[in-house]
Amino acid sequence: MEEQRVGKANGQEPTIVAFFCTWCTYTAADLAGTSRMKYAPNVRIIRVMCSGRVDPQFVVEAFAQGADGVLIGGCHPGDCHYVEGNYKTLRRIALLKRVLREMGIEDERLRLEWISASEGDKVARVINDMVEAVRRLGRLDLPGKRKGWDAELLHHDGPTEALAAAAASDGR
Amino acid sequence: MSNPTKPQVAFYWCASCGGCEEAVVDLADGVLAVVDAVDIIFWPVALDFKRSDVEARPDGSIAVAFVNGAVRTSEQEEMAHLMRRKAQVLIAFGACSHLGGIPGLANLWDRKTIFRGSYSDPPSVVNPEGTLPQESWQEDGRMTTLPAFRDTVRTLDQVVEVDYYIPGCPPTPKLLMDAVQAILTGALPPRGSVLAPDIALCDQCHLKATKPDRLLLTSFKRPHQVLIDPETCLLAQGLLCLGPATRAGCEALCPSGNMPCSGCFGPTSRVHDVGAKLISAVGSAFDASSPDAIEAVLSTIPDPVGTFYRYSLPASRLRRKVSQAAPAEAAQ
Repeated sequence: MEEQRVGKANGQEPTIVAFFCTWCTYTAADLAGTSRMKYAPNVRIIRVMCSGRVDPQFVVEAFAQGADGVLIGGCHPGDCHYVEGNYKTLRRIALLKRVLREMGIEDERLRLEWISASEGDKVARVINDMVEAVRRLGRLDLPGKRKGWDAELLHHDGPTEALAAAAASDGR
Repeated sequence: MSNPTKPQVAFYWCASCGGCEEAVVDLADGVLAVVDAVDIIFWPVALDFKRSDVEARPDGSIAVAFVNGAVRTSEQEEMAHLMRRKAQVLIAFGACSHLGGIPGLANLWDRKTIFRGSYSDPPSVVNPEGTLPQESWQEDGRMTTLPAFRDTVRTLDQVVEVDYYIPGCPPTPKLLMDAVQAILTGALPPRGSVLAPDIALCDQCHLKATKPDRLLLTSFKRPHQVLIDPETCLLAQGLLCLGPATRAGCEALCPSGNMPCSGCFGPTSRVHDVGAKLISAVGSAFDASSPDAIEAVLSTIPDPVGTFYRYSLPASRLRRKVSQAAPAEAAQ
C-alpha cells in the first residue's frame, strides 16, 4: 500500500520547484550543466535576483499549484551580493516551516541550501537528495486534494476560488 | 407588509458568533435611516420570516443580501445558494464570510477530531456510549434530521459567487452605512471589490509617526507581557501588530485601545496569501542571523498559524491542514 503512493510505483514523479539566486546557486546550476553533471529531471528552476526575493507567498503558491517540494538556493552566509538578503531568507524560511508543519506539510518538502557559484556538484547532490526524500514522502498534490475536499459540497460544479480553478486546469 | 417601491434587503447568518448581527444593531439611530430606505424581508435573528418565504419569492427579486459567517454545514451551503439565487447583489459581510474568520481555524483539524474534542474528550463531558451528532435519527416511526457537518470550513465565495465584501470582525457601523449608501445611490465600485480602503492599516493609525524605518526586534511579546506605551508604535514595542499587512477601514480601533491589530480586515488587493505575506514581513523585522538565535526569537511566537491566519485560514492558498490520509481515501 505504502509503495503504491511513492515514486514511480504509480507512474507519478514528484515535482520540485527551485528558486535559485542569480549570483550563486543559479550560476552553480549553470556550471553543473556545462560540466555535464547529471541530476534528477524533476526540478523546475526559477531564477531570482536573491534568495531574499523569495516571498513566502511564492512557496505557498508553488505548493498550491501542485509542487511536491520547494528548494531555495542562495549564497553562503556572508557572501550575499546584497549583503544580508540570505539572512532574511533564513529567518523567513524558519518561520514558514513552523507554519507549514502545523498545516501538515512535512519539513523535507521545503529546503534551503547555500550553494556558491563554484559548487555545481552540490547542486546535483542537493537536487538528487531532495527528489529522493520527497519521493519517499509521496505526492503532495494539493490541487487533487482540493478536489477531494470539495467533493463533500452539494454543488460540486459551483463556483470556487478563481485560483483553485486555475490550479485545477494546469493539467495535473 | 412589504412596500414594493423600496429595495428589498435580506440578512443571513452562517457559521459566526453573532457579532456581525450586533454590528447592524450598532448602527443605532442609523438603523432607522436604513429601515426607512429599504425593506428588510429576511433576517432570522430579528424578524419572523421563514426560509419558505424566501423560496417563494421570484429569483433575483431581493436587491441585496448580506450573508455573514463562514460555510460549515450543508444547511449553510443551501442557504448561501438560496441567497445567491434570490438576490441581485450578494455581499459577504464580515471576516468569516470574507476569509473564513475565527471558525476557519477549525481547518487545522478534521470533522472526526472536532467531534472527539467536543463530545468525548473534554473532562467535563460524560459520554460513555460515545454518542455523536447524527445527520438523521429514527424513533417512534419519525425521522429527525440535522444539517451535515462538513470536514472543511469555507469562505462564502468558495461556495457561491460573491459580488462585494465588507471586511471586519465585525465590520464597523460606518463601513456598513457607507456600503448601504453606495448601494442605494448606485455608486458601487467594480464587482468583486472589498468595500474598504485599499491601503495598509498603519496609514490610519495614530501611532504611525513613531514607526521606525527599520525594526530590529529581539523577541516578540504578547499584550499581557508588557506595559504598553500608548504613544509608540506597537510593532516597535515588540508586539506582533499586523497593521502593515492588513487593510485599513476600521480607523485603527484596536491600536487606539492599546491592542495590536490582529488582521480582521484581511489583506489589501495586492496580497494573495496574507499569512505568507506576514511571515515575510515578520522575518524582516527581527534581528538574528544564526539558526539557534532565529529559533530563540521565533519561540516567542507560540501560535504562528493562529497569529498569521487568525481570520483567513480557509482563504489561504493552502486552505486547510493537509490530511495525512492516502490521496485515494481523501478523494472519497
